[in-house]
Amino acid sequence: MIPDESAGSSLIVRVTCRIVARLIQIFALYVIFHGHYSPGGGFQGGALLATAIILLRLGEGLRRSRREFNPEWAMPLGAVGVLIYAGVGMADLLAGGNFLQYEYTPLPEMNAAQMHYWGILIVEIGVGLAVMSVLVAIFDRLLEGQNDD
Amino acid sequence: MKIVPYVFLALFFALMTYAATFLPRRGDRRAPIHREFSAAGTPVAGTYYIRHAHADAGTENIVTVVLADYRGFDTLGETIVVFTAGIACLVILRNRP
Amino acid sequence: MIELIDDYYAYWFCFLLLTIGLYGVIVKRNLVKKVIGLSIFQSAIILFFIIAAYKDDSTVPILDPRIEVTNADAYINPLPHTLMLTAIVVGVATLGVAFALLIRIYGKYATLDEDTLMERMK
Repeated sequence: MIPDESAGSSLIVRVTCRIVARLIQIFALYVIFHGHYSPGGGFQGGALLATAIILLRLGEGLRRSRREFNPEWAMPLGAVGVLIYAGVGMADLLAGGNFLQYEYTPLPEMNAAQMHYWGILIVEIGVGLAVMSVLVAIFDRLLEGQNDD
Repeated sequence: MKIVPYVFLALFFALMTYAATFLPRRGDRRAPIHREFSAAGTPVAGTYYIRHAHADAGTENIVTVVLADYRGFDTLGETIVVFTAGIACLVILRNRP
Repeated sequence: MIELIDDYYAYWFCFLLLTIGLYGVIVKRNLVKKVIGLSIFQSAIILFFIIAAYKDDSTVPILDPRIEVTNADAYINPLPHTLMLTAIVVGVATLGVAFALLIRIYGKYATLDEDTLMERMK
């Protein structure tokens, strides 16, 4: 549970990185879901999530933070984010409306403004996922092969 | 020390400063992008979005409504651009010795 | 004269940043410094759009329940802010690809100086 001193970074750095990364992740989820009521949204929250994971990579090294976010899964997760966005558009197209016309999304029935609300929320989640995955993937690729710790 | 790049940069800055005085004054409420209707009679995009965002989407943040509802197709293209940059980075840095 | 400075000082500062970025791209010989100059240039362009969207005595484009929405002069123009969100993210992606290319160049030619690189490429 308590990290040992035999690794590269000092003990204070590693414990602080763990605590601060969790706080950044909570704040990032807050920024994504409050994009309707305050400045924020998908892009900003995605960049904050990527910052939390990169902080863990810098503090702990690749070998230990591999369990947190596997570098193999970064690009597929980015593709899932783009597919969520395009999937909402295709669902609207198949349900009878135009591409990305949120009144025709297959959700429980409510008035037009509420359908736009939920459509925007799903789209922002997809964008945040894509931005986070691509930023972490670029970081891992640029630092591949360097000895960690 | 080469003199040509510095002369060019000084000329560039002087030209842009002179051209800036032809723009509308900063914060002018009667500038063409802040009006109700343009000179041709069509509604101007900025004030249209401010007036109709809450009625269309039930959301207080006008910037998010413009980004994901009125200009949603551009945001889809932009997400694809971000993903393509990741793919390009992956392809460039493959099989590094 | 003072009115002229007071009206346009924001635009002049933005163009000063443009000139600094252009200086970095043209005059510096190291490739990493050229990329940094490109990033400064990009930030200056984003700042220019944000300056152009401002209205006097107006607040952020989040609907305030105390102000009626028929008074559209109380909020600044939201359209340039939306376009610049896209521009910022595209800029970050471009910088990532630029650094990947720099890593490859260094791996093959063992230098990041422009003149030495042109010599070794012959």
